[in-house]
Amino acid sequence: MRKPKLSTVIDHAVLIAGSLFLMLPLLMLLQMTTIPDTEIIQTGPSLKIGDQFGDNLEKAMLQASGFSGENTGMSMLKNSFILGIGFAVGKIVIGMTAAYAIVYFRLRFATLAFWLIFTTLLLPLEVRILPSYEVVQRLGMLNTYQGLIIPLIASATATFFFRQFFRSVPEELVEAARIDGAGPVKFFVDILVPLSKTMIAAMFIIMFVYGWNQYLWPTMITTDEDMYTLVRGIKQIVQVLEGAVVPEFGRSNVLALVAVVPPVLVVVFFQSWFVKGLTESDK
Amino acid sequence: MKRAGFSTPWLPVLLLVPQLAIIAIFFYWPAIVALHSSFFLQDPFGFGSTFVGLDNYTNLLGSAEYRRVAVFTLTFTLLVTVFSLALALLLAVKADKVLRGAKTYRTLLMWVYAVAPPVAGFIAVILFNQSWGPLTELFALFGHTYMVGVNFNDTAFAMILASVWKQVPVNFIFFLSALQSIPRSVREAALIDNRSASGRFWDVTFPLLAPTGFFLLIINITYALFETFGIVDTVVKGEPGNNPMTLVYKVYVDGFRGNDLGGSSAQSVILMVLVLALTVFQFRLLERRIHYT
Repeated sequence: MRKPKLSTVIDHAVLIAGSLFLMLPLLMLLQMTTIPDTEIIQTGPSLKIGDQFGDNLEKAMLQASGFSGENTGMSMLKNSFILGIGFAVGKIVIGMTAAYAIVYFRLRFATLAFWLIFTTLLLPLEVRILPSYEVVQRLGMLNTYQGLIIPLIASATATFFFRQFFRSVPEELVEAARIDGAGPVKFFVDILVPLSKTMIAAMFIIMFVYGWNQYLWPTMITTDEDMYTLVRGIKQIVQVLEGAVVPEFGRSNVLALVAVVPPVLVVVFFQSWFVKGLTESDK
Repeated sequence: MKRAGFSTPWLPVLLLVPQLAIIAIFFYWPAIVALHSSFFLQDPFGFGSTFVGLDNYTNLLGSAEYRRVAVFTLTFTLLVTVFSLALALLLAVKADKVLRGAKTYRTLLMWVYAVAPPVAGFIAVILFNQSWGPLTELFALFGHTYMVGVNFNDTAFAMILASVWKQVPVNFIFFLSALQSIPRSVREAALIDNRSASGRFWDVTFPLLAPTGFFLLIINITYALFETFGIVDTVVKGEPGNNPMTLVYKVYVDGFRGNDLGGSSAQSVILMVLVLALTVFQFRLLERRIHYT
């Protein structure tokens, strides 16, 4: 066997160090869920693997941690999925239809509509957070899924992405469809949507993760504990840990991990779509 | 717009209505409200408001507290951007180079992309736990008593570390995809011309990565300014006090907790201007970028 070159060894060492840097913190969270809380407050995280994971999982998912008794891990998990999927689907549907109108139709005010829509790319929700809150409050949408999801959709990232994609679709396709007598609806449903499948998948993954991981907006909009998402619940976890005599790290770490696992699985399993969508959408 | 588009008059309007309605209600209305209330002083008990012109702005710019937060935000943004870009570039170059395990490394180095910022902050809180945090113990070896939430610099470092950790994967993905799109012919030509690997990197690879780098620079600045909110909030445990905070966090604290609507709105408007400037800068870069490829 050939002796490996020194530079190759260094390359691998750097990559392994980088992987560990990214991975160790979450392994530490996991380790802490396997030992009793009374042990954690003495030793902190260690290399020991205990047998408490099942108990902590049960506590985290089925018992409520707040005051109202309604925010169990299960209910937060459900809300997170509603937010992630609702946001992704809403964004894609609205983005695709708007992009279709902009690219494929002769439209008066097309330029105006275009600018109105794409100006929204400039300002993230974070800079207009308070007035947005007031609007949602005035519309009576606090502590509702609509209030949680729809304001987050009010930016044109997906529209922009689909516009770019539709423009790259060959012109001949729409000509051929028209010669064959296909109307705009048929062309969209039978040709454009199937053609965009990969793009839709990539967008869905990116938007699902983005929606799932929202923190500031859910923190403001949801005050009812049964509306909490997992990521929003982190705030409460930290506050509860602060005040406790024996902080329940086992249970809170399970919740933090449950908040991480679904989006991570999506990204890892659909890696190639995800990377394609990410690197192409932002250009 | 395609040359051979459809000319049905009502359908495109119907298709655009949902998008336009949502942005009108949840984008333009709030943005206008923010601009409007930045010129008013809100009565703290909700009994109307008085027009105060630019007072909210001059008060802000004259306030030592605001300047302190601005300076911290600048330092924070700079450090997070530099470290996460540099680390990601190093890892991407190595991941592009190795033959064995390339796919595994790629997965291991990118999955943290999906971790929510507040979880990163939560991890930092544990790592720096006062009595048994592994990193607290590490610092203790060097004689430093680490105190997150008490010592300004300690808290700031924990925030920066968590923010860098969370941002490395995004930068890694972009750098790696840029590296992999460098044509074979270019690499082979460089191999003939320049025998030293580091020479090849700085003379050939690095300039070819520059467009991606510029683009990522903007992405990272935006990230450090806005998306780190969850990290800041968890690391300070919702108690800003004398802790370091970013400009966005201050908008939230002043407006949502302090009920200073005018001041908070003025801060929002300042941030809007900042983002607009960044975006204009980005578009100009993008225009120039086209000549590269």
